[in-house]
Amino acid sequence: MNIYVLLKRTFDTEEKITIAGGKINEDGAEFIINPYDEYAVEEAIQVRDAHGGEVTVISVGNEESEKQLRTALAMGADKAVLVNIEDDVEASDQYTTAKIITQYLKDQEVDLIIAGNVAIDGGSGQVGPRVAESLKIPYVTTITKLEIEGTKVTVIRDVEGDSEVIETTLPLLVTAQQGLNEPRYPSLPGIMKAKKKPLEELELDDLDLEEDDVEAKTKTIEIYLPPKKEAGKLLTGDLHDQVKELVTLLHTEAKVV
Amino acid sequence: MARKVLVLGEVRDGTLRNVSFEALSAGKTIAEGGEVVGVLVGESVSALGQELIQYGANRVVVVEHAKLGQYTSDGYSQALWAVIEEEKPEGIVFGHTALGKDLSPRIAGKLNSGLISDATAIEVAGGNVVFTRPIYSGKAFEKKIVTDGIIFATIRPNNISALQKDDSLSGEVHSLTVDIKDLRAIIKEVVRKASEGVDLSEAKVVIAGGRGVKSEEGFEPLKELANILGGAVGASRGACDAEYCDYSLQIGQTGKVVTPDLYIACGISGAIQHLAGMSNSKVIVAINKDPEANIFKVADYGIVGDLFEVVPLLTEEFKKLKINA
Repeated sequence: MNIYVLLKRTFDTEEKITIAGGKINEDGAEFIINPYDEYAVEEAIQVRDAHGGEVTVISVGNEESEKQLRTALAMGADKAVLVNIEDDVEASDQYTTAKIITQYLKDQEVDLIIAGNVAIDGGSGQVGPRVAESLKIPYVTTITKLEIEGTKVTVIRDVEGDSEVIETTLPLLVTAQQGLNEPRYPSLPGIMKAKKKPLEELELDDLDLEEDDVEAKTKTIEIYLPPKKEAGKLLTGDLHDQVKELVTLLHTEAKVV
Repeated sequence: MARKVLVLGEVRDGTLRNVSFEALSAGKTIAEGGEVVGVLVGESVSALGQELIQYGANRVVVVEHAKLGQYTSDGYSQALWAVIEEEKPEGIVFGHTALGKDLSPRIAGKLNSGLISDATAIEVAGGNVVFTRPIYSGKAFEKKIVTDGIIFATIRPNNISALQKDDSLSGEVHSLTVDIKDLRAIIKEVVRKASEGVDLSEAKVVIAGGRGVKSEEGFEPLKELANILGGAVGASRGACDAEYCDYSLQIGQTGKVVTPDLYIACGISGAIQHLAGMSNSKVIVAINKDPEANIFKVADYGIVGDLFEVVPLLTEEFKKLKINA
């Protein structure tokens, strides 16, 4: 089975966000595999181990993304593809990323594509379904379980807390929700092996794409931090009085009840 | 510049979700004086058409089909696509709900258009329709515009105010016949786990419990408080991991993102992943035994104390307030 994973390099969850020159300041920040994409990598490895085949991890980004791709290889993926758009694309959005990934995948034999349901930085969750639409294959988002039997696939989809049991077929794209699995940590032998695994680096040219073909359809005109919250009011005194005061404050000052 | 804007009305258990009314309001802003066309998709939904008009749609297009009783990406995208081909809109708005998140990228992909997901504010400024949306789990915001093609956005529930309902309004509800072809993914079963009553992502008041709740039974006082306030109960990941409650209640980076008017955090320490799911709430109250708990840093009001003492007292006080009101 040919399994592809869509992976994005993102800020570490714990990082403090600051702005420099109108952009998110990346200096000194730690980067990780987007946590939802980590579920995708893990699931792909498990599917391959159960059904055979090969796991290829794809990322659209810059040369820095190689580190996260190596981590996926260390977890157990077989191959990685990095489409480096740093020199070619000035402004990208989800349209750009989906177009590039589709262009790569349309020439591959694809049985299963797994992506994270959303990236924790941009938070759009668009690329997976966009790619499925362009490849004309079915997709199911926010899945918490995946079972494959021949070409028949049964998935459980999380829908705002409810679960749907869905039957569909390969080829298929799914996006991972928390609860799908527990991603493994790369083992030391895994890390050693990963260094020798193939990592192909491509640019737009290699995919027969021009910058115009992937030009963003949207543009960010401003990035800002939320206004600093003033220190909250810690109530004091007798507990009963505190509760009374709180209710009064919520009613008359905050006016939310 | 006047635009024609399509707004999808989302139906759940036979009624329109609140976010649909908010989406109509957003649609009106984007239309800049143009027409707002409500869209309803389902098995039998046309009766809801007038309500969309009372909340700001100029008219409504309905697609009804036996295969559209439940949301599927294949079914709904065929229905929506037929409406888009007929209406040729210049703007589209969905709610940023499970349905909107699943469907919008596919429609945008088919349209070769951009898509601004999860908008929390919309304004017209300097000749552009400008969308505000949280990024980095609400730790920053960006303002975004569409530079090419249709203006397509999904809006986060509870952030853009709906227009006042006007019962005197009525308008055309037109039915469009669409031949819905095979669905490639079939829903075999739906297991309802989300609690009945108020929808967590749309609730105006959320009472959330953390590890401090200590047990499944420990959620009872929180439920009572939520009942009095017409709110919903949520939880931190800690409470879910400890099996005090179902994961469907989880709020945080890997759970639901909520922005209620009032968020009461009970026995929640305030890990950064939890804050990502609730820090944009309008008013935050923290109740925790530990005065050093991180949650107090984002709280507007805090009480240091045992939630099992404080929450029932709060319920009593709110009861009194309701009686006097």
